[in-house]
Amino acid sequence: MDKLREEIGLNDPFIVRYGLWTYGAVRGDLGTSYRTGGPVWDQRVSRLWSTLILAGGGVVVALVVALPLGMLAAVRQDSLLDLAARLFSLVGAAIPSYWLAYLLILLFAVQLHWLPVAGSVSWQHLILPCTTLGLGGAALLSRLLRSSMLEVMGNEYMRVARAKGLPERQVILVHAFRNALIPLVTVMGNMLGFLLSGAIVIETVFAWPGLGRMMIDAINFRDYPVIQGFVLFAGTVFVLVNLVVDVSYTWIDPRIRLADSAQDQGR
Amino acid sequence: MIETQVKFWDRRFPRLLRRNRVAMVGLLIVTVMVSIGVLGPILAPFDPDAQFGASRLQSPGTEFLLGTDNLGRDILSRLFHGARLSIGMAAMATVFIVAIALLVGSVAGYVGGVVDDLAMRVVDTILAFPGIILALAIVGVLGPGLENVMMSLVLVVWAGYSRLVRGLVLETREKPFVESAFAIGCSRTRILVRHIVPNMISPVIVLVSLEMGTLILALASLNFLGLGVQPPTAEWGSMLNQGRLFFQSEPQLMIYPGVMISLTVLGFNLLGDGIRDLIDPRYSS
Repeated sequence: MDKLREEIGLNDPFIVRYGLWTYGAVRGDLGTSYRTGGPVWDQRVSRLWSTLILAGGGVVVALVVALPLGMLAAVRQDSLLDLAARLFSLVGAAIPSYWLAYLLILLFAVQLHWLPVAGSVSWQHLILPCTTLGLGGAALLSRLLRSSMLEVMGNEYMRVARAKGLPERQVILVHAFRNALIPLVTVMGNMLGFLLSGAIVIETVFAWPGLGRMMIDAINFRDYPVIQGFVLFAGTVFVLVNLVVDVSYTWIDPRIRLADSAQDQGR
Repeated sequence: MIETQVKFWDRRFPRLLRRNRVAMVGLLIVTVMVSIGVLGPILAPFDPDAQFGASRLQSPGTEFLLGTDNLGRDILSRLFHGARLSIGMAAMATVFIVAIALLVGSVAGYVGGVVDDLAMRVVDTILAFPGIILALAIVGVLGPGLENVMMSLVLVVWAGYSRLVRGLVLETREKPFVESAFAIGCSRTRILVRHIVPNMISPVIVLVSLEMGTLILALASLNFLGLGVQPPTAEWGSMLNQGRLFFQSEPQLMIYPGVMISLTVLGFNLLGDGIRDLIDPRYSS
């Protein structure tokens, strides 16, 4: 035991250990897992891929549901559809994703036998986890898109667009939707954090071999190097995504220039 | 839609809130759930941990109103006792978060300079991570357990609110009434405590009412993952965790706690939206 402690450096003072870890981390060496004895980095690549597939599927489902729903709810404000959309976003925000996952499994896998219960063998295994993740995100996005569209549609240029005889479809899609996108893109950046967090829990439910399950296992085994690596990684991804979001503002809205005080016009 | 901004302590506040029917539904749900949490041990027909070995996995009936779980424990009693932990822990976390955010945010905003820079860089660092993931990492370091799970959430969530309070303080600091207070010779501490912080109360109330639902969900998730309360303690998230082994044959074990969580969160969200619309119409949806 004492020998093992010496070997993995647990006897060194905290500063030395932190220094060594940082030195390793910047060179791509995240240390050795206490549990498996293998390098932390090796476990990551295949797991990362699984989680990204899951989160990516979640984004797709969220967009496919939220874009039409939010847009139609705003165009037909106070209609039955609008009411349904608002109910959907309220309930969707209140239901724990993992619980929704079990309800979906019960319905589609246990009762109807349409889809597999859990695992990661075929593409059918993707449907339920991605739907679960996506619906939670869609609840958030559709609500935001609705209020953002309503705000935009109150503007003068909407009247101008209609007055010059543009077809309604073009007025909504080009004039309203594109201007309503900015707050949505901001939230999309946070959404990835949300989906990453959601994926952790969902992976447990669906026995999906992703980063999230690795993290939970690591916590239960007190496998600190793996936890450190995971947090460093999640933080990096999060920061990178937010950078992409900031850059994409200029593409969506040419009025925003990154060079001069982008923050003032960022809304 | 009400346009004017209403302070929380305004006499018209209860009347205006009552006009918002959706918020009243939220208030009703919250009242019922909080009552269950407070009165749970009195209302519960059985000891939540008592195992009736002869009647395992019973369906709802006259003796056990919602049936029993795999160890023969009364589900209704466990749900009632669970309310106390699930809601109580979230409330406690909220108190800590608000206290830290008010302290750090107002001091950083009012004192400024190095203190401000230091505090905001810590906040930036925390905000660079997705919330739950950082909370998980803190639990990983502290080890599983109910207090640790709560602590980890407090340590993550305070950051965003501190920044918000700081922004409000910076805004309030320039108001004429603060200048007059300074002119009549109030000390800096007095200005901060008596003149600036009271103006933070309304926005903080909005935050609290919107945060409760999120915190209940987050706590339940961590408990569901088995990182928080340990068996046999009754808590909604951990009841879901225990029920999932039997969910194909006995789905009701998972349905009841899930309904409780969703309803409670929905209630807090509805109430929070209503309060926000009244106090801060800028963000009304």
